[in-house]
Amino acid sequence: MTELSSEALPTPGLRNGAARHPAPALPMDARRASHSYPPEAIAQIQRMAEEGHYEIRGWGAKRKLPTFDDLVFLTASVSRYPLEGYREKCETRTVLGTRHATKPIELDIPITIAGMSFGALSAAAKTALGRGATAVGTSTTTGDGGMSEEERAASHLLVYQCLPSRYGFNPADLRRADAIEVVIGQGAKPGGGGMLLGQKVSRRVADMRTLPPGIDQRSASRHPDWVGPDDLRIKIEELREATSWEKPIYVKLGATRVVNDVKLAVAAGADVVVVDGMQGGTGATQDVFIEHAGIPTLAAVRQAAQALREIGVEDEVQLVVSGGIRTGADAAKAIALGATAVSMGVAPLIALGCNSRTYLRGGVEHDVTADYHALGTEPGYCHHMHTGRCPVGIATQDPELESRLDPDVGAQRVVNYLKSVTMELTTLARACGKSDVHNLEPEDLAALTIEAAAMAGVPLAGTSWIPGSP
Amino acid sequence: MDQVTLNCAELTTREVNAALAALPDGSRARILEPWGRHNLAVGLVNRITVEIEGNAGYFIGGLGDGPDVVVDGFVGWSAGENLMSGTVRVRGNASECTGASAHGGAVIVEGDASSRAGISLKGGTVLVGGDVGHMSGFMAQAGVMLVGGDAGHALGDSLYETVIYVAGSIASLGSDARAEDLTDDDVLTVKQLAALAGFDHIDPENVTRVASARQLYNFDALKDQRY
Repeated sequence: MTELSSEALPTPGLRNGAARHPAPALPMDARRASHSYPPEAIAQIQRMAEEGHYEIRGWGAKRKLPTFDDLVFLTASVSRYPLEGYREKCETRTVLGTRHATKPIELDIPITIAGMSFGALSAAAKTALGRGATAVGTSTTTGDGGMSEEERAASHLLVYQCLPSRYGFNPADLRRADAIEVVIGQGAKPGGGGMLLGQKVSRRVADMRTLPPGIDQRSASRHPDWVGPDDLRIKIEELREATSWEKPIYVKLGATRVVNDVKLAVAAGADVVVVDGMQGGTGATQDVFIEHAGIPTLAAVRQAAQALREIGVEDEVQLVVSGGIRTGADAAKAIALGATAVSMGVAPLIALGCNSRTYLRGGVEHDVTADYHALGTEPGYCHHMHTGRCPVGIATQDPELESRLDPDVGAQRVVNYLKSVTMELTTLARACGKSDVHNLEPEDLAALTIEAAAMAGVPLAGTSWIPGSP
Repeated sequence: MDQVTLNCAELTTREVNAALAALPDGSRARILEPWGRHNLAVGLVNRITVEIEGNAGYFIGGLGDGPDVVVDGFVGWSAGENLMSGTVRVRGNASECTGASAHGGAVIVEGDASSRAGISLKGGTVLVGGDVGHMSGFMAQAGVMLVGGDAGHALGDSLYETVIYVAGSIASLGSDARAEDLTDDDVLTVKQLAALAGFDHIDPENVTRVASARQLYNFDALKDQRY
């Protein structure tokens, strides 16, 4: 082994393990990374030693996880025949909340926009999402911070979240919502509360949340007025009483003990259960939560569907699945595994321009690469929603930055994206011989890995083997 | 002035609340035989008076914006939760989370309130004639609490801008809560609150003012994991 002088190695103790001097070209074995302590782990330990606290960031899980990409469709051939791919009708209409609500939500597509707060997002972003969703006939969802006027005006169908913090929660807004979502947990941080760092707490955001501007808002992880499933049943009845039993009530769960949690949500009276897998995004939380809490969406959807079947309510209670849904293929696979609809957060933000190198204003593209660099990142890698310095005006409360997002431009991009996803979804459904996307079923799927086969409960491709099945 | 009598032994909760919601401002309603019924008089926006004659369950008067609700008995959890305006008065004791997240109005308990009274308070007023249990005032953001008796452990944990006045003893203060000197304005406030509640056993000049030390408002690694 070649001996190295200490001067040639990176200086320990520097932030993120950065070398004081560029290292010279070294023999291969000198750059041999440790599996237990790869450079990322070393950098993380060094950062913690310098700063004394955990990392906070936005986005969702970045580690490699089993995903819907590990499944493929067994589309039609001789044993089944497909629908004509470009012409035959394939129904996408989706109804949520048929169990108890007198006014269920009727969507044109089974793809909805997940809850994201005004505060984490700019008003321009919320407006663009609302207009885009409305144009394609689907719903948006409020977030931890209440309902803004722009959001209500922009969204034809708006789901109003009832969160542990109750920031801005108002019975008048409850009545003008189209559905209510009781948030028990979030896939990015099941068991944890919301977080909005002080740099995003503008006067307006603070006023909506009844807190002083500029303070770090660390939301409660547990509701202030109930605990446990028996209490939840009474809480749901209260919300129904306050809204004359008109509005569907969703219960949103971060995916952990999915089977039991789904059954308890149903027992508590949920019309719709939303299960958010660990790939779900967030505006800000602890990195350790994002990467180490919850289970992948792929596993969660199968367990949730199983839970509904076991108690015989699969035709009565709708299942919405979220967490890393990006494409029509993801949506199709989630629906095949038992979801009635999917919900997306990060993906429509990307459609708006998140992680884009440029923003469009006045018909001119403006390059903001330097602003990403100022955050210590690059377009395509940014997870810095927590800083409030979003270079493209989406995750910010800074007026100058927010002005970079034209709501009309953003809305059109969201429309384009949601239409494309829907086309992908119906293309796959037709190829499986389905005239309604909701007719997709587990039998249409095969898994590419043993892990995915076990999690999704579908056979490993080329076999009839489902790990764990008798 | 309309006056109606609604008997819970004969009516569902939906029927009771629908009847209450239909009353014009200024009406008075009596609710008989509540027998611990949950969710009575919730979500009302009319300026009416509701008298519940007996013990009631969870969320009594919750999500209200206008009515005055009186319970001549005990109540379960979260009386007056998320109240926007109006009052909820409990002549007996209240269980946990009284006045949780109330944005306005007043929740008045003439007896004792259990744990977490005034939790997450957002501008409302919580007045308790007797004692309150542990973690009362937890994460309370705005508004005021008055406790005529003793307060349990961890009072005012993670307080924001709510001020808590306690006439009796305090078992312990929570993180970032501190006792502060009483000012003339505080004495006047306590006098007015006690008068509003009808608490004549409180000496406004002999209460402890508890407020936030504001040391946990921004993320700081030097706080030794206290939050």
